[in-house]
Amino acid sequence: MLRFAQAGYRVNGREILHGLTFDVAQGKTLVLLGRSGSGKTTALKMVNALILPTSGEVIVEDRATTKWNPIELRRRIGYVIQETGLFPHFTVAQNVAVVPRLLHWPEDRVDARVKELLTRVGLPPEEYQSRYPRELSGGQRQRVGVARALAADPPILLFDEPFGSLDPVTRHEVRCEFLALARDLGKTILFVTHDVREAVLVGDEIALLCNGNIEERLPASEFSKAISQEGQSFLACLS
Amino acid sequence: MRPGLTSDLVELTSQHIVLVVSAMAIAIAMGVPAGILLTRRVAWRRPVLTVANVLQTIPSLALFGFLIPLPLVGGIGPRTAIVALVLYALLPIIRNTLTGILGVDPAVRESAVAMGLTARQVLRQVELPLAARTILAGIRIATVTTVGTATIAAAIGAGGLGVFIFRGVASVDSVQILAGAIPAALIALISDGGLGWIERKFAA
Repeated sequence: MLRFAQAGYRVNGREILHGLTFDVAQGKTLVLLGRSGSGKTTALKMVNALILPTSGEVIVEDRATTKWNPIELRRRIGYVIQETGLFPHFTVAQNVAVVPRLLHWPEDRVDARVKELLTRVGLPPEEYQSRYPRELSGGQRQRVGVARALAADPPILLFDEPFGSLDPVTRHEVRCEFLALARDLGKTILFVTHDVREAVLVGDEIALLCNGNIEERLPASEFSKAISQEGQSFLACLS
Repeated sequence: MRPGLTSDLVELTSQHIVLVVSAMAIAIAMGVPAGILLTRRVAWRRPVLTVANVLQTIPSLALFGFLIPLPLVGGIGPRTAIVALVLYALLPIIRNTLTGILGVDPAVRESAVAMGLTARQVLRQVELPLAARTILAGIRIATVTTVGTATIAAAIGAGGLGVFIFRGVASVDSVQILAGAIPAALIALISDGGLGWIERKFAA
C-alpha cells in the first residue's frame, strides 16, 4: 500500500533522511516516533509528494511518487497537521467539501458527505456547518481537520502531530475518537509524533526515527521491549 | 457663478475621472499580476520594488515632462498623463499584493497544496481571497494619490480639474482654484470611502 524503498532526502549537502526502508500494510497504522529534527515530518511529506526523495523511492499503491501526477496523488491521501490549515475564509462545511468539490462530486453528494462526516467527528452539522474556523475551539478545529481529510474517502491518511496543540483532556478525547474512527474505516495510516504515549496508543506498529535513520521497528504493544538507545530514551518518558 | 464655469466644471470633472479610472484600471491590471509574480520569483523582488520606489520619488511635474519627448507613450495630452499616473500607482499595488499573499498562513497554503489543489487553484481559492483586503488597501491608497496627481496632468494638456487650478494660479483667481480643488478633494474622499467600504466587506 505504502512503501519506502531506500528513500533518502538530502538538501544543501545535509542528509535529512538516510535511505529509509519500511512499509505500512493495508489498513494498519504505523507511527513514526522521533524527536524534533529526526526527519519524521520530512518522511511524511514524501508520501504525498510535497517532498520528493533525492535517492530511492516512495511507493504509493504500487507506483513511485515521482511517477504519480502529484495533484492526483494528493487527492487520494488525507493530510492532517497540527495547525489544521483550515481555510479561514471557508465555513466548516466548505472546508470539509474542498476535495470532493475538486473531484467534481455532484452538490447533493457533497452535501450529504459533509453532514455525514461532521456527525461522525462529533460536530452536529446543523450547529456547526456554517461556522468559520475562528468560531471553533482548538479541539473542534482539529475534528474538522480530520473530517476534511476523510472527505473524499482516501485510502491513505497522513497525520503530523495532529493533536499536539490541544490541552491534555481534549487531546485524549480527540485521540480516542480518532482511534475508533481509524479502526472503523480501515484506512492505511502514517502517523508522526514525538509523544511516546500517543504512539503506543494509536499505532499498530512503531518505527523509531533518529537522525534520519530507523533505529527500531516493533509492534506498539511491545514497545516496552525496545532495545535501541533511542528506544530506551523514549521508554524513560513512560515511567 | 461666472458664465461657463458650470459647464467647464462638468467637462473637466469628467475628464479628471476618466484619467483616474483609466490609469487605475491599467495599474491594477499590471500591478496585481506583477505582485503575484514576485511572490513566485524571490530574486526579482528587490529590483522590481526598487524601480517602483524610484519612480515614486520623481516629482510628478518632472515625470510628466520626461515623458513628453518619448515616442509612443509621450506627447501632449491624456495618453502621456495616464502613463505617468500608472507609473505612480504601481508601487502600492505591487507591494500590497506581494505582502498580502506572503502574509497567508503557511499552514493554510501547505494544506491546500497537500489536498491536491493546483497552483492556479491555490492562488484563486486561497491566496487571493485571503490577500484581498491588503490588495484592496493598496488600490485605495493608489487611487487617492492618483486623484491628486492627476490635477498636474493639466500641465501637459491632458485636461482634468487641474485646468482650473493652473488657470486660477495664473490669473490669481481663488474661485477658479477652488473650482478645481474642491471637486478633486471630493472625488478623492468618495473613492476612499467607497473602496474602504469594499475593503471592510473582506474583513471576515
